Amino acid sequence: MTITRRFWISLALSFPMLLQMGLMPLTGWMLPGGDWTALTLTTIIMVISARPFLQSAIASFKKHHSNMDTLVAIGTTTAYGFSIYAMANQQPVFFETAAFVTTFILLGQVLETKMRRGASSAIEKLLGLQAKQANVLRNGHFQLLPVADIVVGDTIKVKPGAKIAVDGIVVKGSSSIDESMVTGESIPVEKHAGDYVIGATINGSSTLEYQAHRVGNDTMLAQIVELVKRAQNSHAPIQNLTDRVADIFVPVVLILAILTFLIWYVFLGVSVAHALVFAVSVVVIACPCALGLATPTALMVGTGRGAKMGILIKNGEVLEAVDGIETVVFDKTGTITEGTPRVVQVVGNKSKVIQIAASLEADSEHPLASAIGKEAADRSIALLPVQNFRTQSGVGVTGQVSGAAFSVGKIGDLKISSAFQVNAKAMQADAQTVVYVGNQERVIGLIGIQDAPKPTSQAAIADLRAQGLKTVMLTGDNQQVADAIASQVGIDTVIANVLPDQKADYVSRIQRSQRVVFVGDGINDAPALSTATVGIAMGSGTDIAIEAGGIVLMRNDLRDVSRALTLSRKTFRRIKLNLFWAFVYNVVGIPVAAGLFYFIGLTLSPEIAGLAMALSSVSVVASSLLLNSTKITPALG
Amino acid sequence: MIKIMVLIVGLALITFIAWWFFGKHATASEASEVVGNHQTVAVEVNGGYAPETVELTAGVPATLNFTRRDASGCLDHVVFNDFGINQALPKDQTEAIDIDTSKPGTYQWACGMDMFHGKLIIK
Repeated sequence: MTITRRFWISLALSFPMLLQMGLMPLTGWMLPGGDWTALTLTTIIMVISARPFLQSAIASFKKHHSNMDTLVAIGTTTAYGFSIYAMANQQPVFFETAAFVTTFILLGQVLETKMRRGASSAIEKLLGLQAKQANVLRNGHFQLLPVADIVVGDTIKVKPGAKIAVDGIVVKGSSSIDESMVTGESIPVEKHAGDYVIGATINGSSTLEYQAHRVGNDTMLAQIVELVKRAQNSHAPIQNLTDRVADIFVPVVLILAILTFLIWYVFLGVSVAHALVFAVSVVVIACPCALGLATPTALMVGTGRGAKMGILIKNGEVLEAVDGIETVVFDKTGTITEGTPRVVQVVGNKSKVIQIAASLEADSEHPLASAIGKEAADRSIALLPVQNFRTQSGVGVTGQVSGAAFSVGKIGDLKISSAFQVNAKAMQADAQTVVYVGNQERVIGLIGIQDAPKPTSQAAIADLRAQGLKTVMLTGDNQQVADAIASQVGIDTVIANVLPDQKADYVSRIQRSQRVVFVGDGINDAPALSTATVGIAMGSGTDIAIEAGGIVLMRNDLRDVSRALTLSRKTFRRIKLNLFWAFVYNVVGIPVAAGLFYFIGLTLSPEIAGLAMALSSVSVVASSLLLNSTKITPALG
Repeated sequence: MIKIMVLIVGLALITFIAWWFFGKHATASEASEVVGNHQTVAVEVNGGYAPETVELTAGVPATLNFTRRDASGCLDHVVFNDFGINQALPKDQTEAIDIDTSKPGTYQWACGMDMFHGKLIIK
């Protein structure tokens, strides 16, 4: 029988007794049949609704264990058994205690089960995002197949408004895709042939064909689900305390209840019935469940909320580690900045300078070269053939374009006019890397290239500083460029000229004096991410980043760092608050139930104790669910 | 007189509770049986877990079959923190849980409220 049905039966049968309790003092109304009716109703409740408590209590007793049910079973059977004894001896009975306690505790369990389901709903929501069917090319034509049948390499057609089934690469068409359900990014993303599409996202304007690249458990969605599942069920170090308490809690309460009875009956001389009421109250009010639920429910709601925002917090340990963070260290490229250098300024005969530079750099893989190439393409400048091409290591390239010799790169031995010199200085001060384009003797133009900060970086860093955190930027750039970027976005400290493999060293050096969050894009930052107290991997969603980062941000927005830290802190605070209340509840409730404050007129009947116990675990779960509506700044826009 | 007897009985009961719950008692442990390339252990859930300690052989795919006999809400889920598993256990139904045995070590499992614990040893 389900808990819900047990609860309704118990409630229906308790109701007449409840009515009597309410009406008797006012009208003198009594249940027809008196004690016999109460005995009958309560016996049915004990047999149908309360028996499972007893069964579970006995089963765990045999294994030298005890649980919630031990307490409930002992409390109710004591009240019930003693009432039968009292009835036989013409003494006042309290059958209703057993009935009401059973009803209230079942009520608590019904509510709690519902709410716990609510707390773990994030996973179901994520799984619900998965497309069910897809139009797959098989034997020359498209046919509707279940998603599970898709294999890597299949070509899939997706209509406007339909879901992308699996991760893949666009082969035909272009469209805008709503990726908000996976990345949290609210603006649709344009996708063309060669671009990566993510399963479970929604195709916008036009039909696309893409080739399946990752299917089944390898898709991004499946990996997110796996990560969230692990996070939600992880163990926070703070739980070690409750684990220890849980082991001894119930036996200790039983001992306290016996002591309560002995003190009242033997030493204070009250009647057996009276002493028993105190003892039963102690057993019934004690609530190990509230302690047990405090951490896991908050963890579940907090990490689930994060997943919806595109913030994946890996486990409870990370949540605890965020508490007490003092410094945030950023990797510059791809984190604070876009990660792709662009031409931001050209000095001289603009189209000629770009044409020569782009032609000479056409075959180079250097990031600066591709920035120049892109600029030429954007300006629709045609490239010219190059003769006598030569690379001069550390300086740049030379070659002949349209019969004349040119060089692109560092200034080298070239002469430079004072006007160009002033320009170059100003560009460097503005965080640009200056590329000199020259003929055989003098500089004819300057190209300023910059890996520009993301539009949101400045606001993001201001948020972190407002939280009282120190900010540090690590970069391989020279000091001048690094300083310029740092002042644009408002970074406190700059560490320039850092080689990629030195990042982890710098992080651990800073870590000697303070607790550090490292934020990187995850591609070559894995060592630094795992060295830091907390590693935050941004944007890429690569497997390595997911391995190394304690927190993974699905979007490329630096403001998510502040959101992630706020969410972690709030979740951890909620855990502490829950634990505090659960402890205080028991620490205060048990002495009151034991009659410690009897002499100032403060006592608890077992019924009220049962209600308090039921509400205490419900309130802990409710408190955790509140995390779903707590404010996380900056709000998602 | 009767009060003294009640006192003695009460104190005896306290001693018994302390011994029964806090004393050292043997717990059931069971090693898996490898059949073909697969190992299985049945775990009965009734007022705790039987066996409470399960030993698995590393590298061999493993399944733990949990059957809940207990009506208690306390035991209605089984959670393996380290494996991200949180499995609902409907009463009297056997739920198969696949365990990744690639990393040897000692792991814990617990009920949904972290009140009952079991131990998983992979070696």
